[in-house]
Amino acid sequence: MDKALHLVLAAIVVWLVIGAMGLARPRSLRYVGRVLFSLSALVAIALTVIAFLSIGNAAQSLVLPLGLPDLPFHFRLDSLSAFFLLLLGAASAGISVFSAGYFRQSEGVAPGLVSLQYHAFLAAMALVLIADDAYAFMVAWETMALASFFLVTTDHRIPDIRRAGFLYLLIAHIGAIMILLCFGVLRGDNFTFDSMRLATRSVAWSSIAFLLALFGFGAKAGLLPLHVWLPEAHPAAPSPVSALMSGVMLKTAIYGLLRVTFDLLNAQLWWWGVLALVLGLATALFGVLFATVQTDMKRLLAYSSIENIGIIVAGIGLTILFKSYDKALLAAIALTATLYHALNHALFKSLLFLATGSVLHSTKERSLGKLGGLIHRMPWVAWLALAGTLACAGLPPFNGFVSEWLLLQAFLFTPNLPLSFVNMLVPLAAAALVLAAALAAYVMVKFYGVVFLGRPREPNLAYAHDAGTFERIALVWFGVGCLLLGLLPVQVIAHLDAINTMLVGSTVSHPGTTWWLLAPIDPDRASYSPVIVLVATVAVLLLTIQIVHRNYHGRLRKGPVWDCGFPAQTARMQDTAEGFGQPIRQIFEQFFRIERVLPTPFDAEPRYFVRADDHFWYGLYLPIARAAEWIARRIGLIQQGRISVYLTYSFFTLLALLYFVL
Amino acid sequence: MTTTGIISQLLQLVIALVLAPLLVGWVNQCRAWLQNKRAPSLLLPYRTIRKLFHKDAVVADNASPIFRLTPYVVFAAMALAAAIVPSLATDLPFGHAADAIALVGLFALARVFIALAAMDLGTAFGSLGARREMFIGFLAEPALLMVLFTASLISGATLLPTIVETLAHRDIAIYPSLAFAGVAFTMVSLAENARIPVDNPATHLELTMIHEAMILEYSARHLALIEWASALKLFNYSCIGLALFLPFGIAGAGAGWLAILAATPALIGKLAVGGFALALIETLSAKLRIFRAPEFLGTAFLLAVLAMLVNLLLGS
Repeated sequence: MDKALHLVLAAIVVWLVIGAMGLARPRSLRYVGRVLFSLSALVAIALTVIAFLSIGNAAQSLVLPLGLPDLPFHFRLDSLSAFFLLLLGAASAGISVFSAGYFRQSEGVAPGLVSLQYHAFLAAMALVLIADDAYAFMVAWETMALASFFLVTTDHRIPDIRRAGFLYLLIAHIGAIMILLCFGVLRGDNFTFDSMRLATRSVAWSSIAFLLALFGFGAKAGLLPLHVWLPEAHPAAPSPVSALMSGVMLKTAIYGLLRVTFDLLNAQLWWWGVLALVLGLATALFGVLFATVQTDMKRLLAYSSIENIGIIVAGIGLTILFKSYDKALLAAIALTATLYHALNHALFKSLLFLATGSVLHSTKERSLGKLGGLIHRMPWVAWLALAGTLACAGLPPFNGFVSEWLLLQAFLFTPNLPLSFVNMLVPLAAAALVLAAALAAYVMVKFYGVVFLGRPREPNLAYAHDAGTFERIALVWFGVGCLLLGLLPVQVIAHLDAINTMLVGSTVSHPGTTWWLLAPIDPDRASYSPVIVLVATVAVLLLTIQIVHRNYHGRLRKGPVWDCGFPAQTARMQDTAEGFGQPIRQIFEQFFRIERVLPTPFDAEPRYFVRADDHFWYGLYLPIARAAEWIARRIGLIQQGRISVYLTYSFFTLLALLYFVL
Repeated sequence: MTTTGIISQLLQLVIALVLAPLLVGWVNQCRAWLQNKRAPSLLLPYRTIRKLFHKDAVVADNASPIFRLTPYVVFAAMALAAAIVPSLATDLPFGHAADAIALVGLFALARVFIALAAMDLGTAFGSLGARREMFIGFLAEPALLMVLFTASLISGATLLPTIVETLAHRDIAIYPSLAFAGVAFTMVSLAENARIPVDNPATHLELTMIHEAMILEYSARHLALIEWASALKLFNYSCIGLALFLPFGIAGAGAGWLAILAATPALIGKLAVGGFALALIETLSAKLRIFRAPEFLGTAFLLAVLAMLVNLLLGS
């Protein structure tokens, strides 16, 4: 594969051409949906294969004389880029197939235009991953932000969606400015990444570069306190777009953070690791707590994405910490867990967002309070969503469990680090991580139980229909992916080792590992074999069914629900989404900003209302917005609207400039 | 993988499956004695399970396959857990397939399935029980993991057989970290096995139920499997506790036939004492209001974290 980078660029060009072809017949659903999106999925699969084959190969570079004179685009494909391209390809293959059956007439923008934005978005993400100079990176990064902004605001006639889009754009740009400044700090002889790798800089400047990268990429990833756009933008966007943003775009930020921290900066300091670890875990706990109280299924998933990004960043923090103390093997395990979780999250979150898309299409309802019992009407979606739910809850034998297992191993086998308070921090961090993981199970039971189980909460749910063929193929793709990644960790890690060698200088796999036993440190100290766990569970399960049915009888009667004999039973007596989240809301009351209207016994029309809001919004964002407005008004005073005044300003500016120059 | 290993593995699984209902019967009997009541037969749990297997199953009209699958999933998860926890011997071939973290994962899998099944029919009590079960679980599960982590830090391993080997062969001394972990583990076990003070296994009041509320709709063989799985869960938790805090008598690696045979009465003896202690705790405490449960479990969680910190500070 010595032409892999060419092939990747070719795939990007084909994506752009497919996008442009949508403009030929923008209103034709059959043409845009069935033909173009299917083609796009084929390109994505090709990209996945190319990326898979290039992991572990030598880096390839290419200079394209595009863009401004004297500033050509540099591209480079190494193992880290290849891994994230694989993630992009695998996730977008499924999402494109889903989109082929998803977009309908009369939903905001014409399908052809959506296709153009969608493919520009895909191409921009791929370019981000192979960019090898700051200029190409920023162009691709901004294209990605703009394309996704237009995708979020597909239904731009709804004011809330426009507002969500602008909030997203604002935070994306604050992040972009920070990344730009970061590249400014990193600059070597010029702005290519190669010169940045060779440049020497003081500890202080390295730290500033890292902090800028953490802030800038954190804004894109949804780190605390820059997470506020996620729960607004994800529900606003069409479901395939939410899947793409949550599954893939957030990972480009993770890619950027890894690239800057481990590749462009040549040494890491321990306190960066502590900072990333603490920030990541705070984000994870925050995200999962807010996910428990959500009543909109896509908002719930958006908060769950915040949680998972928190776990990934905590993994990066742990890697930095170990790397800075030269614990290469543990750094490699932590990095493996990080990358593994990024891939897992891309698959199971795409699956869940796409499942909400099918539910949304079939029921026109996003609010958890008006769903329920869909497993009977939509068995395909429900059973495949169950795989995503179990994966997201981090349960064996699915993939979410493997990455959490690896991360916990890294925590547990922490050697004695030189600083005692860092040593103390590690078990506390492990405690926070397992707490977040346990709450994730709570969230996923709520999500699945309220949407798919129970009784339909609205009469029109009886007419819900299952997903179409394209949607089913996409869901199966992700469901099988979640299971395979959960069952074959040894094989996955063998491929991830190329990145471990590149970034932290150690591998996790060692010779003589058996294919079915995951034992990163020593098979006598820690091991896990998902294949055996699954085979044994299924064997015991089938055996039990056999024995019970053979020795006794398989007689079964259908009857009405018992419910302790209470005669009146309606669908409204089930637990609601609010009810399910209520215990968490009550225990962690301080974390929420709760608005509550409770009825009194004397109300003629009793009304119950409760809303749990984000403190950050009121404590941080609104004050900043007010301050910005205040400053803008003050500055507005110099705007007089008379030409003579403006000429005077110009004159004084010139004088000032002359003074500085001379 | 040795022949002895395979045989001790099978023996351990069979003993767990057979003895688990007896342990429940024993706890009930001790509790009745302590409360000055006439005790039911020691074999009552077996009779109940047998009776339930013979009945015709009644399943609600709107039940999904998840509802019917859950008893088998829960039972399989608990049976596998019984194969992992070293109760008789540490030479367990299956022990390598799942370490302590995976064991907690299996428990979580069973919990999630039973909560989903409870929400499946859309009954008020079922979803109430599911919510409460997850609510207890989100604190109990991390606390259990932290207890296991404390033992892992002492032995430098997360594989339960290795942990038990290390703990059984160290010098007899008081380990402060294990003391904290022991208290935390007891509290978690009470909560996870639906015991007083968190839940009451003998309650008849639906509004105070947690575990029972989730399985109200089950009947016949499904209920039998769930009851058996609950007994297995109590058995597994007891064995985890014994393995971590009283690992003496468990046949070590390379032990012969006699050691494994001798381990069986030792296990039964330890379980009898443990069951009595459980009945004593249940008799001496009163059930907590549901919103006091987080305080109880939060204490357990903090104790477990403290155990880990103490372990790092004192190196024991």
